[in-house]
Amino acid sequence: MNILEFTLLVWAGSFVAGLLGALTGLGGGVILVPLLTLFFKVDIRYAIGASLVSVIATSSGAAAAYVKEGYSNIRIGMFLEIATTLGALLGAFLAAIVPVNALAIIFGLVLLYSAYLSRKPRPHFERHLPPDALATRLRLNGSFPEGEGLRSYNVQGVPAGFSLMFGAGALSGLLGIGSGAVKVLAMDQAMKIPFKVSTTTSNFMIGVTAAASAGVYLNRGYVDPGLAMPVMLGVLVGSLLGTRILIRVETRWLRLVFSAVIVILGIQMIYQGLGGRI
Amino acid sequence: MSQTQAWTDRKIESIVGNLLRAGVLSSALIVLCGAVIYLARHGFSPADYRVFRGEPTGLKSVRGIVRDAFSLHSRGIIQLGLLCLMATPVARVAFSVWGFAEEHDRMYVSFTVVVLLILLYSLLGSGLGF
Repeated sequence: MNILEFTLLVWAGSFVAGLLGALTGLGGGVILVPLLTLFFKVDIRYAIGASLVSVIATSSGAAAAYVKEGYSNIRIGMFLEIATTLGALLGAFLAAIVPVNALAIIFGLVLLYSAYLSRKPRPHFERHLPPDALATRLRLNGSFPEGEGLRSYNVQGVPAGFSLMFGAGALSGLLGIGSGAVKVLAMDQAMKIPFKVSTTTSNFMIGVTAAASAGVYLNRGYVDPGLAMPVMLGVLVGSLLGTRILIRVETRWLRLVFSAVIVILGIQMIYQGLGGRI
Repeated sequence: MSQTQAWTDRKIESIVGNLLRAGVLSSALIVLCGAVIYLARHGFSPADYRVFRGEPTGLKSVRGIVRDAFSLHSRGIIQLGLLCLMATPVARVAFSVWGFAEEHDRMYVSFTVVVLLILLYSLLGSGLGF
């Protein structure tokens, strides 16, 4: 395969990953690394470097659209970014020590967990939680537009959420993904942040988290321009198109198919990792 | 959250949104320019990413990338675009420091400065000494 063919094929694959990621809301990053390692036989460290770059692009591109709706909370975002960026640095440094096949196995497990989480029904929240002392001190409580007026919410479980966010950042730095699954766990389950606020705020944070580990990857020489170029351009165009047509398509079946693909890729990553073929 | 604070937060967020969009679009354009030159020059050489070699020094550090891009090496230009992309969230955080200072919110100014320092360390300092 010459460079031109390789570039076009990787671009097309990344385009589809970005499109499906945006349509299903599961993020394109999770299938990008398996796609590059399993089908294009790219070394997993190059794949992770390229994936991180594309995560920054999609997160920043989508955040611009979300901001206008008024759901995201920049205080929650900035406070938790302390945890995610520190975690991301740790993850990026660990990526250099952890053996390549162990990376593949961890990646596979995270894929299976994401698929499980995407099939689980969204937890139902109690609406009127009492204000938490720490959250109030940190000024994390806020409100968002709902129906005619504003709905206010009180954030809970700050220490648990902060620790989980550190873990989400570490996974993101280790595997080059947005870690949406762990972020949802931290913000929805531990901190009881309303769904619309947590998804938009988390999207905002993903770019900053990915930038924290991308710098380390770049300095270590894990970001290859020839590979990152088609990946970044493909995912960016795919996800921008995905957010545009999102309103017009039925996503229930798509989510089901995408989850099935994630499960198959997860099993493949674990299998190949165990066999030492990655 | 007081009404004025909520309003200033909104204003900051909308500026941040535009900043992010501009950062992503301009870096994508730089990458695209580099891509055209790269494919025109190297399109028919064999592609091989099976073996991990790591990038040469010129494509690893900020200074090396800028120098490489200005000598119009195609891979250097692409890398410069990727560097702009990585700098976009950093610019966003730097802008938020100013935004929180405008609100006289000392606690959030310090939180944001911590995040900014971590990002700058990653981009500029993580290649040294490790």
